Amino acid sequence: MKNSEIWIAFYTILVREIRRFTRIWPQTLLPPAITMSLYFAIFGNLIGDRIGEMGGFSYMQYIVPGLIMMSVITNSYSNVSSSFFSAKFQHSVQELLVSPTPNWIILLGYTLGGVARGLCVGLIVTVLSLFFTHLALENLFLTVLVVCLTAVMFSLGGFVNAIYAKSFDDVSIVPTFILTPLTYLGGVFYSIDLLPDFWQSISMLNPVLYMVNAFRYGILGVSDINVYWALVIVSVFIVLLFWFGLRLLNQGKGIRN
Amino acid sequence: MTYAIEISDLKKRYEGGFEALKGIDLKVEKGDFFALLGPNGAGKSTTIGILCSLVNKSSGKVSIFGTDVDENFAKAKKYLGVVPQEFNFNVFETVFNVVVTQAGFYGISKVVAAERAEKYLKQLDLWDKRNDQSRMLSGGMKRRLMIARALIHEPEVLILDEPTAGVDIELRRSMWEFIKKLNEQGTTIILTTHYLEEAEQLCRNIAIINAGEIVENTSVKALLKTLNQETFILDLDVSVPDGWDLPEFNIVISKDATTIEVEVIKGQSINAIFKALDAISVNVVSMRNKSNRLEELFVKLIKG
Repeated sequence: MKNSEIWIAFYTILVREIRRFTRIWPQTLLPPAITMSLYFAIFGNLIGDRIGEMGGFSYMQYIVPGLIMMSVITNSYSNVSSSFFSAKFQHSVQELLVSPTPNWIILLGYTLGGVARGLCVGLIVTVLSLFFTHLALENLFLTVLVVCLTAVMFSLGGFVNAIYAKSFDDVSIVPTFILTPLTYLGGVFYSIDLLPDFWQSISMLNPVLYMVNAFRYGILGVSDINVYWALVIVSVFIVLLFWFGLRLLNQGKGIRN
Repeated sequence: MTYAIEISDLKKRYEGGFEALKGIDLKVEKGDFFALLGPNGAGKSTTIGILCSLVNKSSGKVSIFGTDVDENFAKAKKYLGVVPQEFNFNVFETVFNVVVTQAGFYGISKVVAAERAEKYLKQLDLWDKRNDQSRMLSGGMKRRLMIARALIHEPEVLILDEPTAGVDIELRRSMWEFIKKLNEQGTTIILTTHYLEEAEQLCRNIAIINAGEIVENTSVKALLKTLNQETFILDLDVSVPDGWDLPEFNIVISKDATTIEVEVIKGQSINAIFKALDAISVNVVSMRNKSNRLEELFVKLIKG
């Protein structure tokens, strides 16, 4: 395929993915808006007032970056895992497989589709948070960089999940039993300074902690970890997941007999 | 000579050890209307799956218009349009989007894709449904949608895997008219079907596959010539008299004696029957084959 044809194929996949999640917005965009509004109202306003300050900010301000990141992570991941698995399930993935579209473009298209949904939901949650608190923006470049890289990483994770998934249960297992615990324990609601030393060390093994804190640093200027480590870790994960996802596609794992 | 499809020593062993293809060789000429026939599980779908890259081959060589799929799969894929047996489009997309999206996967610009979508959807009587979700279409319409989608990049070879399964007679006829026209315009057609009379009427060349091996690969004409015996049904204007018979033929007479079935063995002349009927002042109103000739051969070849 010529370069121009390759990019038309990429654009087609991306537009189709965006069209999918905007068509079913009551399932994709509305629930995180409602859930996060409830988090803001309950944890931020009602309980947060009694907790007091954290990291030099009101509790509400402290948890907003983490909640934005949580919605970006969950939505990037689930967009790709559900979309690609559905395509496998109803065999529409064959439309792509019989075409000359290179595998790396398929992977890139689906990944950026997940990123688009993650960022879209992240933006909605950010706008909603402004009804509850004021947000300063300490470092715009870092904030955007971290949120984009995180969305890419979890989109790739969702893709690998979809490749291995054989049923809809397999698609929901990872978000329920791995992603949600990692996110809740990744410093969304608290600073790891509050934890005993042992649990602080354990928390340092959680990659989500780095992303949440790097994002929080970009907005509030406070972090439990060195943000450059966060960028290195996310970048390494992206390279590894892209390589692994592409390898699975080339092998035809789960999609070719 | 460059063949549209050239397969040599193609083998496929699935995980678990089942050998679906045991080293088949097949050549399809450019512009051919080719039938790939075989019972369920014979290896037809595996062969087609390998051609359109939905199945990984274990070994062997596949070339499409001289392009080895192992060397330049992207180029090879551009030659092919595939109409699979099962509906495999996104059922929540509109008819128009299903077709235009597929064009995008082939790197066709939106403007050209929209023009072609209009052309093929109109030809296949789906233009009025272009804004409907594809899940709302009837079974026949869904089949036609898959044909429009397969043609959107204007392939040299169109592979149709059981395209008329579950399609009513009228629609089947119009579908074949459309496919025949495509073939006349130069598109190579490869067809698998269980309706053997379709293969007999439409196809020039044929391959019969059984248990992962090609058991016959010839022209339809040549294959039909190998038939040793045919059964004809003759409709008569009046009943034949009681006890009427021709010893050299095996004849079955219907209850009302106005229809007779005659077995004609190779070398025998059917004129003898006409003469005998003429002698008793009975005219033949119409005559047809009792069963599909290809079907008889097919059963014979499969049973070995």
